[in-house]
Amino acid sequence: MIVQQLVNGLTIGSIYAMVALGYTLAYGILGLINFAHGDVYMVGAFVAYFCITVLDLNVIVSFIISLVISGILGALIEFTAFRSIRTGSRSSQLISAIGVSIILQNAVMLTMGSDTKPFPKVMNTSVYEFTNITISSTQILIMIVALIFMIMLYFLIYKTRVGISMRSTAQDAAMSSLMGINVNKVISITFSIGAVFGAAAGILVGIYYNSIVFNMGSSMGLKAFVAAVLGGIGNIPGTMLGGIVLGLAESLGATLISAKYKDAFSFIILIFVLLFKPTGLFGKKEIEKV
Amino acid sequence: MDRIKNIKQMSNKIFSRLNNNMIFALSLFVIIIFPIIFDNSYILHILILLGVYVVLGTSLNVVAGVMGELDLGHAAFFGIGAYISSLFVMNVFDNFWIGMILAGFISLIFGLLLGIPSLRIRGDYLAIVTLGFNEIIRYVLLNMQSVTNGPMGIKGIPSPTIFGYVLNTKQQMFYLIWVLVIIIVVVMNRMTNSRFGRTLVAIREDQIAATSLGINTGKYEIWAFAITAAFAGIAGSFFAHYMNFINPNNFTTNESILILCMITVGGRGSMIGSFIGVTILFLLPELLRPIADYRMLIYGIMLVVMMVFKPRGFWPEKRIPSRITKSAESKEAS
Repeated sequence: MIVQQLVNGLTIGSIYAMVALGYTLAYGILGLINFAHGDVYMVGAFVAYFCITVLDLNVIVSFIISLVISGILGALIEFTAFRSIRTGSRSSQLISAIGVSIILQNAVMLTMGSDTKPFPKVMNTSVYEFTNITISSTQILIMIVALIFMIMLYFLIYKTRVGISMRSTAQDAAMSSLMGINVNKVISITFSIGAVFGAAAGILVGIYYNSIVFNMGSSMGLKAFVAAVLGGIGNIPGTMLGGIVLGLAESLGATLISAKYKDAFSFIILIFVLLFKPTGLFGKKEIEKV
Repeated sequence: MDRIKNIKQMSNKIFSRLNNNMIFALSLFVIIIFPIIFDNSYILHILILLGVYVVLGTSLNVVAGVMGELDLGHAAFFGIGAYISSLFVMNVFDNFWIGMILAGFISLIFGLLLGIPSLRIRGDYLAIVTLGFNEIIRYVLLNMQSVTNGPMGIKGIPSPTIFGYVLNTKQQMFYLIWVLVIIIVVVMNRMTNSRFGRTLVAIREDQIAATSLGINTGKYEIWAFAITAAFAGIAGSFFAHYMNFINPNNFTTNESILILCMITVGGRGSMIGSFIGVTILFLLPELLRPIADYRMLIYGIMLVVMMVFKPRGFWPEKRIPSRITKSAESKEAS
């Protein structure tokens, strides 16, 4: 039973981790909480849904189209809603993000309808049974895709030129621009990458739960954000771990303590972690200077 | 030169004081006369809810504006107040006023509890703690079926009474909430200009400097949370007894974020700003009703546009000398 919950927790945890990476990338580079990210995740799922059902495209082609469109959307959001208030106060950025979130939700609701949509069956679900656990093929797919994406992100951040400029912009934007880095472009790219991760997670969730709805981004966005904070927002490996820890804690808590409070666990854990480690499990310690 | 400056300052002071009194008298007059002229139940309903949101906005302003911490858990206290008051009145003792005071008091205690993390956690992390608190409260309200009746909510909450006389028309409720608004706004205004309020500004501007001047910052932060919470609880109590029906969906995190949006659009830290922001963002969806389906879309676009063009809000706080704000801004930008 517990082992089974570990598998389920790992599945949902890898989705949390993927969405959380979008938050962490935006936070790491701009110090900005992009509350519209949960809705980019939703848009990703809907674009794939549209491609598969209406345009009748292949699943993989739809997946890629969705990622590309979401990537463009991510950069567009950064350009319109955040660029001019990049140095402004936290709360004005937050509200701009919430405005974008409302726009995206309503745009999707108006174009696609407000009812829950059945996500098309894209693969034959087969279930593998071992001695006391069952793993479905969708769960394996989710974990593999998440793993591939995270490895790709790791290489992108730590081994490529773009990654170096992203890290240097995160450290000091003004200094990086003096070193010849086009900061605006780097920030746009970062937002695009975050959006791509969100969209991929959205499609995976669509495949896993077989249903999508226009406001699915709100709760996922919140959870993923909690995951990012739990691991230490701004810290990429920490965020990945934070997502998985959150997924595991949720599914274990649901079986061991109470299923009714499943969603509250993530927040209780979060508050306790922050009380003892104010910058998350793996966040770096911030020293305040006068 | 100095003398001229002094005179100018004094005349400014007198003028602004006169202005405040005039604004106060004018708004009092409008409040008294309005329900008599516009006896339309829809308009009055909107304005009663506006009053509730003004209380919520101005109280959130203490933590989010004056002290400058992002608080995303305001609706939790609103909900606690609403539930405590209605459960008390329906099950224990049928008196709205005691219920309201109790609602404020219990919210105050929860506010003290929420204030404790602020001793260790700051900035964005604290914002998330408040958000988590809001979600936890919502799940408790949803799942404690035996007490809160879960997602079905509480029905048939009695209307307020004054000496046995039941207030149940829209006009009476309008007067009740706006009297509350006036009391709370005056209290808040006095408080933010008192030693307490100035201390909170000091904490916002530079906590370490404030500590070094001998301010027990932790104590003030906790009390700021508590006071904010108490007024939200009172607003919740009124809301419950006005609507006669509450359910956990009235008190979601989105609601908290919406209230924060309202005071930010108005200008954080200033009382008038909060008032303007609440009015704009509360009335906007109602004014946009004719375009039905598109109204939330337009609302979202307006939020982004307002923030992009007026990031400090419509009526930003004017109290701090520009010298300090400038250095604070450049610090924030770096």
